[in-house]
Amino acid sequence: MSEAPLVDMRGISIAFGGIKAVDNVDVDLHEGEVVALLGHNGAGKSTLIKILSGAYRPDSGEILIRGQKVDIATPRDAKRYGIETIYQTLALADNVDAAANIFLGRERVSRLGMLDDAAMEAETRKVMGRLNPHFRRFKEPVRALSGGQRQSVAIARAIYFDARILIMDEPTAALGPAETKQVGDLVKELKKQGIGIFLISHDIHDVFDLADRVAVMKNGQLVGTAHVGDVTEDEVLGMIILGKCPPGARPGPGALRG
Amino acid sequence: MSRWLQTLEISPRLVGMLVALAVIWTGFHVASGGAFLTPRNLWNLSVQTASIAVMACGMVLIIVTRNIDLSVGSMLGFIGMIIGVVQAQYLPAIWGLEHPATWVVAVGVAIAAGAALGAFQGSIIAYLGVPSFIVTLGGLLIWRGMAWWVTQGQTIAPMDSRFRPIGGGIDGAIGANLSWLLGIGACAIILALAFLTRKRREAFGFHLRPLWAEALVAAMLCGVVLGAVLVANSYPLPAGVARRIVEAGGGTWPQGGIFIAHGLAIPVLIAIAVGVSVTVLATRMRFGRYVFAIGGNPEAAELSGVNTRRTLMLVYALMGALVGIAACISTARLNAATNAAGTLDELYVIAAAVIGGTSLAGGVGTILGAMLGALIMQSLQSGMVLLGVDTPLQNIVVGLVLVVAVWLDTIYNKRVK
Repeated sequence: MSEAPLVDMRGISIAFGGIKAVDNVDVDLHEGEVVALLGHNGAGKSTLIKILSGAYRPDSGEILIRGQKVDIATPRDAKRYGIETIYQTLALADNVDAAANIFLGRERVSRLGMLDDAAMEAETRKVMGRLNPHFRRFKEPVRALSGGQRQSVAIARAIYFDARILIMDEPTAALGPAETKQVGDLVKELKKQGIGIFLISHDIHDVFDLADRVAVMKNGQLVGTAHVGDVTEDEVLGMIILGKCPPGARPGPGALRG
Repeated sequence: MSRWLQTLEISPRLVGMLVALAVIWTGFHVASGGAFLTPRNLWNLSVQTASIAVMACGMVLIIVTRNIDLSVGSMLGFIGMIIGVVQAQYLPAIWGLEHPATWVVAVGVAIAAGAALGAFQGSIIAYLGVPSFIVTLGGLLIWRGMAWWVTQGQTIAPMDSRFRPIGGGIDGAIGANLSWLLGIGACAIILALAFLTRKRREAFGFHLRPLWAEALVAAMLCGVVLGAVLVANSYPLPAGVARRIVEAGGGTWPQGGIFIAHGLAIPVLIAIAVGVSVTVLATRMRFGRYVFAIGGNPEAAELSGVNTRRTLMLVYALMGALVGIAACISTARLNAATNAAGTLDELYVIAAAVIGGTSLAGGVGTILGAMLGALIMQSLQSGMVLLGVDTPLQNIVVGLVLVVAVWLDTIYNKRVK
């Protein structure tokens, strides 16, 4: 791994009202790699990732994209660096249709500045056809869609714009077994295309088969990182619950001492 | 019936409003012994609706973003006083009375002042995070106070003669020939747009509504346009005015007089132009898409890279500019600027938007609905005036109608789900 990682977050800290939600965390992500970011609810995973996606600004620390130091102040900045995020809440505007959501903030317009809805609908049909071939409800507000269909729209929005770095926050939390498998297949497919993926989960079973590495957080600190081949699921569970770093992992500042 | 509407792609809510309007109109027509559905009454009704309808267009967008603006009535009063002073005192002192550019400056000042006041309120709401209800409640008091302050409560009159047509009245209509020309032009645009939209959908291979449905919708729209022209052209100018026009043209006034039509009223044309423009802005442009996305899920809009604060500020600036236009209409109509102008207008504007199907929960609303809502409200009031109903009772009826309309809408929404 001589070349610079796709993403390198160094010494990231952020506090809300005196509580350190993220405390001096280092994580990195390489091309075509899946890194699972694990930890209990409130461990700081989502906050860390919201810093990368531009929703929060860190109090300290730096972010490097392919070795270049970058300043990500807004979600728009993040998208410019090819960082796309699928939020746990999906972050869809319920009152507009799939195409409007997929292109939200990046609408196709004609020369006169008019929205080109027909072109956007056509593109939406294409990308949804790949993700969810049974999807037909292009004209309805996404409020009317099922959980799996809404998830497809959120994923389509992330991958349509040539993402290089994809963040998936609890991507399978609300899905049935068939849809969970679909998301798994999609992760493998995107990995093949060289996209780097952060998978965030509080449930190790969801992600252990998909991930190349795991990074475990506890109380805002990094317990450690490990290649999935070097540790067992039980050892990772020990990292999540106790903060105990096994021999196969590289310990972080949050590792239990002694 | 509902399948039929689905094929036509007409919203049932719109049909409901048109039915309500038809019931109100025929009801008043019968009750007043045939005085309501006359060209004269309908023409006046359209002029009286214009100012509220213009403001309702902006209010829809504000309510769609889950906010409110209680200050529009007071703002109208304040801007009315400003443009009154500008055209009756400042400009005559520089240019003399009745300068041809006076009305242009007055209208420009009204729109600019409105946009500035709106942007000011919007900035406090968007960037400082003060709830819009509070900011505009403050605005309601502040602008009304300022309206008084401009002249220490004095009424200013008369307005410039080139400004007055903006408010309608005898000089405020465009005549029969121009009305027909506009009507036919509008029909041509309706047909061309229907054709182009269909071609485009066809090119992408999307679902098309049947040709008969397309034709029926276009025919109905053209029918409404031409019907409105016909009504406006059936309302004659008063004999004295007609005589003056004939004699000014070098003709002689014949025995028994001749028929010269009003034609469409200028304030109504302004309101329609505003309605069309804001509809395009709301449904065909990025800005409108962001407004609706913010109303649906503010956090999602923010995370998608939409500049939600700036968008919200601009929505208020637009509302202010529309208040400026409405201030021109009502000041010109009254031919005077008074510090009480626009009192309670905020409530009529909000009621028009809500009757028109704008959801106070945000994310849902149409400009056309709000303008129809304004027309329904004004029809009720004009009808009651025609029947000689006392003002307090008028308010009671309008209040009841508002509550019942929203209640019916709630029932409808539950059944749709």
